[in-house]
Amino acid sequence: MTPIFRRLIPLLLTTSFLTACTGGESNVEIGNREGILHFGNGSEPQGLDPHVVTGVPENKLVRALFEGLAVKNPWTLEPEPGVAQSWDISEDGTVYTFHINPEAKWSNGEPITASDYVWSWNRALHPAMGNQYAYMLFPVVNAEAFARRQVEDFADVGVKALDERTLQVTLNAPTPYFLQLMDHYSTFAVHPETILKHGAMTDRYTKWTRQGNMVNSGPFNLKEWLLNRRIVVEKSDTYWDRDKVRLNGVVYYPTENLVSEERMFRVGQLHSTATVPLDKIPVYQAMDNSPYVQSPYLGTYFYLINTKRKPMNDVRVRKALSLAIDRVKLTDTVLQKSGYPAYSITPPDTLGYNPPKLFDYDPDKARQLLADAGFPDGEGWPEVELIYNTSEDHRKIAVALQQMWKDVLNVHVIISNQEWKVYLDSVDTMNFDIARRGWIGDYVDPNNFLDLYITDGGNNNTGFADPRYDEMILNLAPQAKSREERYRIFYEAETMLMEQMPILPIFTYTNKKLLHPSVRDMPSNLMDSLNLKYVWLDPNWDSNDKMENPQ
Amino acid sequence: MWRFIGIRLLQAIPVILAVITVTFFLVRVAPGGPFSAEKAVLPEVKAALEAQYRLDLPLFQQYTAYLGDLAQGEFGPSFKYPGRSVNELIGAGLPVTAELGFYALLVAVIIGGLAGVIAALKPNTRQDYIPMTVAMIGICMPSFLLGPLLVLIFGIYLDWLPVSGWGDIPGDKILPAITLGSAYAAYIARLSRAGMLEVMSQDYIRTARAKGLPEWQVVVKHGLRGGLIPVVTFLGPAFAGLLAGSFVVETIFQIPGLGRFYVQAAFNRDYTMILGTTVFLSTLIVLFNLLSDILAAWMNPRLRAQFGEQ
Repeated sequence: MTPIFRRLIPLLLTTSFLTACTGGESNVEIGNREGILHFGNGSEPQGLDPHVVTGVPENKLVRALFEGLAVKNPWTLEPEPGVAQSWDISEDGTVYTFHINPEAKWSNGEPITASDYVWSWNRALHPAMGNQYAYMLFPVVNAEAFARRQVEDFADVGVKALDERTLQVTLNAPTPYFLQLMDHYSTFAVHPETILKHGAMTDRYTKWTRQGNMVNSGPFNLKEWLLNRRIVVEKSDTYWDRDKVRLNGVVYYPTENLVSEERMFRVGQLHSTATVPLDKIPVYQAMDNSPYVQSPYLGTYFYLINTKRKPMNDVRVRKALSLAIDRVKLTDTVLQKSGYPAYSITPPDTLGYNPPKLFDYDPDKARQLLADAGFPDGEGWPEVELIYNTSEDHRKIAVALQQMWKDVLNVHVIISNQEWKVYLDSVDTMNFDIARRGWIGDYVDPNNFLDLYITDGGNNNTGFADPRYDEMILNLAPQAKSREERYRIFYEAETMLMEQMPILPIFTYTNKKLLHPSVRDMPSNLMDSLNLKYVWLDPNWDSNDKMENPQ
Repeated sequence: MWRFIGIRLLQAIPVILAVITVTFFLVRVAPGGPFSAEKAVLPEVKAALEAQYRLDLPLFQQYTAYLGDLAQGEFGPSFKYPGRSVNELIGAGLPVTAELGFYALLVAVIIGGLAGVIAALKPNTRQDYIPMTVAMIGICMPSFLLGPLLVLIFGIYLDWLPVSGWGDIPGDKILPAITLGSAYAAYIARLSRAGMLEVMSQDYIRTARAKGLPEWQVVVKHGLRGGLIPVVTFLGPAFAGLLAGSFVVETIFQIPGLGRFYVQAAFNRDYTMILGTTVFLSTLIVLFNLLSDILAAWMNPRLRAQFGEQ
């Protein structure tokens, strides 16, 4: 035993001293010089197949590797040319003709064709594929019927290759946000031969997305994928707009633990983080030249109410609960101003649409409503439970609201946390009184929020049902002749919804991240839509405004 | 001896089979499935997904099919990571976790062993109390506290060591190994102290001293061998525990190991991944326990004699 001890101790000591000096250049410094962005990406992606994955980290990767027909400009969110160099829209707004850029190429050098798109949309919609975002293509004629096995032949779906460079898409109804959907990964084209080389068209688990196998269409190519460690992409030399691409590569890190992520940023291992821990926000906000960036996000945090259960089946009770919430106080204190008070489901300024604000914090009225509903000063209030998925932030908010309800209405609401999948099951089966919920828009349009509450909608989960509401969302709005008319219908529908209050809106989400000052042209926008083709790193960023170390 | 090993191996089979069966049915009883998502999934899509993963079959048929796969050494495809098999995910995580566990154990044995022996030499003096108090604190201090604390001191204030990663930046393995090893170091300190105390009061130690050997030789040559037996018995389960329990440290330091998969799999209802990691780790635990029993028997002449008689 002794010789082992004798040998090991000096060995351990020397190795620790030899390796202890990290004083060299940080990732950020090297990256700035070499044009490599170090990006905190939240978590390990499920995969990289555009027709399989769901989620934000996947989105950030897939959109670097693939490109849609039209992409969102990161400053304005207006559509701009992607794989298609231009498009024509028929007068009635139902036929889109995309002209594919002759320079658009797959990473193996082959041209991207209209028939690649037809094949890919067949794959994306195929019932055997199990694509959870198949509904992104449902505005297309017969797309939904095909995905639900009501139409067998894909030729009946409204997408045709007129020639190798012209793709014609026919829609059920004018869909003003259709071009936005072309920037969603579920509508991206994939390279048919590559997929078929590694399996059948609808196989979910083949190896075509691995490094060396993948053929893609975006500004970057997959260089390295080390599970749970990093994913490296490098600039593509076949991408049609390669001259505009200024980064030489991006390294994505799965930064699941936000506290660790923040530390990585502090020591220069990351240019940009996926988010910021809530309790660090005030520290960063107080700094000069703070790397903290916060901007509005197309998402609402709210509570679902089970309108089928007593006492919440009474609209007065639902309103009383809502009016008793001091949203300004909540966002100022608990959320550290990292959210904005919300009084409706659609976030403000959703492409020019502003939702109605029918109420405000009003304790007197709230008490009155509760008394009218038969619970004067909370008397006779039954057991009501609020559930949320386990998370420190959700807990803080629930506790604050529980206290507000107690103070204003003198009612006790039990709060309990549930593990994520249990919570999903409870929400799905409506096994709750009140449940936390969030909704992040898939595209910038009020429809994306308002069609949640159509009767028996998959995400309704409240029991709210109103045929007039359904009529407005499903028939009147799509047929509207102008944006103004359409928005007026949405406004009316949303007013109807908030008068019934099947949900308690709480706050509008924000995008929060730490961004190194050397990162240029990575603007914040409502969709947190990242277009890496514009991003560049400035090695000469003012060395005087070096960041303070928050301690 | 061989008979002993054989019997223990045979005993392991029903244990592992029970683990498989219980885990298989328990994960399916848990509310929520692998494909429940925040945004509602079309019933047709859900049916297609279930068909691709055999979840449309009757439960017992799923079970027998799974056992059939296992017999061929296949854990099946992961639900959460389409395109990756559970074998591949374990294969990617295991070397990292094993390496981390090895360093942690090294830290634990060196620090813990030294502290325990030093304490045992002068029991109930300051030389005993100080290391044992530190050890007690070490046992009580959870790694989710110690880890960030070490990172704050050595990673951020002093800027000596990297704050996260594994094998990317020189020195990034030091803090995780110390964080993970410290609780075990504390256990080992207490075990080796107790072991040494017992041995040092034995007659053969008195004999050694009577022969006029210098004290360090008495301790190193005669004391350690017997005194460290409890530590050796602890090493097997400890290593298995390190493999299965490195989740917290792996999360703090963003280490791409098995522990993260193991815990995430349960949250994701990734049935095949939960089963794969559970079966794999339970097999490891059984094997390491056996290994440490054999090692202890080999080190302890009395036990060895027992096996000899059998």
